[in-house]
Amino acid sequence: MGKLNSVAELVDFQQRVKRELQEVKQKRIIITVGTGTCGLAAGAGETLEQIRIELEKRNIDAMINRVGCIGICVREPLVDVQLPGQPRITYANVKPPMVARIIDEHILAGQPVQEWVLGVVPEEW
Amino acid sequence: MNGENSGMDNNTTMFLGANALPRYTDLPFYSKQYRIALKNCGIINPERIEEYIARDGYRALAHALTEMTPDEVIGVMKDSKLRGRGGAGFTTGIKWEFARRSPQRPKYVICNADEGDPGAFMDRSILEGDPHSVIEGMAIAAYAIGSEEGYIYCRAEYPLAIEHLKIAIQQAQELGLLGEHILGTDFNFRLFIKEGAGAFVCGEETALMASIEGRRGEPRPRPPFPAVSGLWNKPSNVNNVKSYAMTPQIILNGAEWFASIGAERSPGTAIFALTGRINNTGLIEIPMGTTLREIIFDIGGGVPGGKQFKAVQTGGPLGGCLPAEALDTPVDFDSLVKAGATMGSGGMIVVDEDTCMVEFAKYFLTFASAESCGKCVPCRIGGRRLLEILTRISNGEGKPEDLDEIEYISRNMKEASLCALGQLTPGPVMASLRFFRAEYEAHIYDKKCPAKVCKGLITYSIIPEKCTGCMVCARNCPSGAITGEKGKVHVIDPEICERCGICVEVCKFDAIMVE
Repeated sequence: MGKLNSVAELVDFQQRVKRELQEVKQKRIIITVGTGTCGLAAGAGETLEQIRIELEKRNIDAMINRVGCIGICVREPLVDVQLPGQPRITYANVKPPMVARIIDEHILAGQPVQEWVLGVVPEEW
Repeated sequence: MNGENSGMDNNTTMFLGANALPRYTDLPFYSKQYRIALKNCGIINPERIEEYIARDGYRALAHALTEMTPDEVIGVMKDSKLRGRGGAGFTTGIKWEFARRSPQRPKYVICNADEGDPGAFMDRSILEGDPHSVIEGMAIAAYAIGSEEGYIYCRAEYPLAIEHLKIAIQQAQELGLLGEHILGTDFNFRLFIKEGAGAFVCGEETALMASIEGRRGEPRPRPPFPAVSGLWNKPSNVNNVKSYAMTPQIILNGAEWFASIGAERSPGTAIFALTGRINNTGLIEIPMGTTLREIIFDIGGGVPGGKQFKAVQTGGPLGGCLPAEALDTPVDFDSLVKAGATMGSGGMIVVDEDTCMVEFAKYFLTFASAESCGKCVPCRIGGRRLLEILTRISNGEGKPEDLDEIEYISRNMKEASLCALGQLTPGPVMASLRFFRAEYEAHIYDKKCPAKVCKGLITYSIIPEKCTGCMVCARNCPSGAITGEKGKVHVIDPEICERCGICVEVCKFDAIMVE
């Protein structure tokens, strides 16, 4: 990627990456894990590893995204599941044994595991 | 919160199902928040500059560089009335103006990320979750004051923050958003990270700059202020992480927008790390003027375990505590000071009825006096003397004249110390003495600790009527102070008892009494 040599180039670049991110959201399953220090301290590293294992077992192609702290540290590890074109839904206190059920019910059957849901990330955020 | 969805039909489609779930903005934790500096935290991948740029990242810098003169940038910052989020609350725009007017070259832009308060993690979370917002804010500041070089002073105990910053700086350089001729303009800005070794005093700006220079982290008297003579005796602008993170949003949305949020004399938002005896431990951003009650009970979810709220400490080890009567205080720079605490950098520690306020003050005093750099006498010796008095009181050896002595030493530290560390070290003691004087007096005159915490003033005993002789306490007592036969009432020997409280925790019959 080259340098942006003007404001116009920055704006073009912004439009392009925005479009690309939109396309990813339309096409792919995105799993987002909060891996700030608070998340990692609560065990997000182990949860993330379990997500990789369970996805591989089921041969599911999903994008794993890592983000910082969204604020509600007490509910870490936080894991968001976003199906193509669907809202981003956050699960709270996700420990490794919970991962398989989230994948089976939410990703494979399309039904969020309601009892573990913290909330839906607002589109405007 | 999931109870609301319990009546939902399991056969509804995924789309309807998601609609029935609460949105973040419906949750009590988030409904009163207003995210400016935390806008991207937890939303974007901080290791990908593309995600920051997709959300208008670096557009504020682009706008400032091409559409605004440095004086106009400073004008916007002044009109926004942003006050420095490090704690002192000095108007950021005016600080920038001082640095701009300093004739010497080169000039430096410095970010104070030496967050050292126990229980504070605001700056760490921003640097980890959205490092580019801080980088962009620093670049805008550099353009405004006429600087081409910046330093982020971040403590080495924040390895993830430093890693994300390094990645972010690298990516910004690759896109030409840092370096020479940024976005094709004549503006150059290079940014470096200086890892601090974790000395609390290095959060003081003159000590921080001494540390960057490779000298011992000790403060020096001001004036001259950094804007005139800072890093390597050159004009320097030092702001906190949160102030820089808010800067791009102010440039993008305008001074009026920012000034319209929050309180009249403290516009914008305040960021707090909520910790201690509170249900929703976390990081929050609220409009200034939100009351402590709303923060602690609505957003924070109150005190766990049905316990009574006792006090809240703001401003960290250099701040002060406020009692329940002060819960309706609006959170802004002036109201908190008026109430007897300080805004500080954003730590907020809640304590409940089980906390002894003498012990609580002693904890912060232990921290602050250990972190005294030792350069000036009032801080070095005053802190030590205060700690000796508080230790004496909590051991049950307090003397009636001790309270006057505390006030006398505190006054002298406040007036004569070289920097804010020494001036504010007595803060927690003075605040707790002001609001919880009766608790100090109980320790001194009655030799009692009302919260039953201070080990020198409490005894453990077994209530014979409740004891079943199950032997659990005797087996768990680490000092072997509990004796008794199976099925018979046990006894604690107060001479051997270490007052650790393990017996209270393990007894299933509430048979241990603490007096």
